[in-house]
Amino acid sequence: MLVATFRMMTNSAPGDESSSDLRAVVAGHGEFASGIISAVQHIGGVGHAFRALSNSSLDAGGLDAALREAVTALGARVIFTDLPGGSCTIAARRLAHEVPGLIVVTGANLPMLLEYALGSGEVRLAADRAADRGREAITVTPSLNRAEGSRAH
Amino acid sequence: MPIELYRIDDRLIHGQVVVGWGRALNVAFVLLVDDGVAGSEWEQELYRMGTPPEMEVKFESAAAAIKHLGAYQADPRPGLLLTADVETMRRLVEATGTVRQVNLGGLHHRADRAPRLRYVFLSPDEEHALRGLAARGVSVTAQDVPSAAPVPLDELLAGSGA
Repeated sequence: MLVATFRMMTNSAPGDESSSDLRAVVAGHGEFASGIISAVQHIGGVGHAFRALSNSSLDAGGLDAALREAVTALGARVIFTDLPGGSCTIAARRLAHEVPGLIVVTGANLPMLLEYALGSGEVRLAADRAADRGREAITVTPSLNRAEGSRAH
Repeated sequence: MPIELYRIDDRLIHGQVVVGWGRALNVAFVLLVDDGVAGSEWEQELYRMGTPPEMEVKFESAAAAIKHLGAYQADPRPGLLLTADVETMRRLVEATGTVRQVNLGGLHHRADRAPRLRYVFLSPDEEHALRGLAARGVSVTAQDVPSAAPVPLDELLAGSGA
């Protein structure tokens, strides 16, 4: 039933989404999701692409139900979560097991969400591009490798 | 005691367990005791994906855990035992007699439960079971993360969720 509802709301088959279909649920601990969506809105004006979900006060079953409701209501094909081992990720992967084509991206950060919301094209590629952008955005200055290299020379 | 924490947490493996307690206790293995998870390869894989590579996860039913707990306790590595409910922990404690401390890490809202702490809601049956554990000499405290102060059972049961 969930799959049927999900398809009805998105009204499209996987692979033919336009940029307007790049919606996603952001799920995380405490106020992580609402906070980072606020930042997305502040920077790119595209906070509407996301729906926030907090795991606060929810047990595993309650979180499963809340995530299912959020994905269905938004017609989302992607769930971004904060912590790979967190309860939101566990719930998201459980839901993805039920819903064909639902994508879970862990370790969400601001560059990742901006890339996704401002992107276009097929949702799977958009999610992959967003994940790449999120990884690329993580830097350490000064670089330990560079410092070691300097010492070596 | 090689199993450093006996925790009741209805989310089982999640951030507070893997990151919070996992780091603080340098947990090398998690023993997840749950009949439903022990009977589902898919659920086990789901929880394995949620743990860092250096942390081993073992799955046991309650009955199997009662049989094997001694072996896990003899493991020299720091371990953490998880149940999702009070009843499973009660069975472990009463059948083995080797658990001295129980941590209430997260029992969330349900229709038959009353709020005791922000993260602990208890039904009358659960309260009765926890009092029974305390009467056996088990130290029962609520503590969601290592940096929080543990709340003793008597204080917890006098609370109303604040």
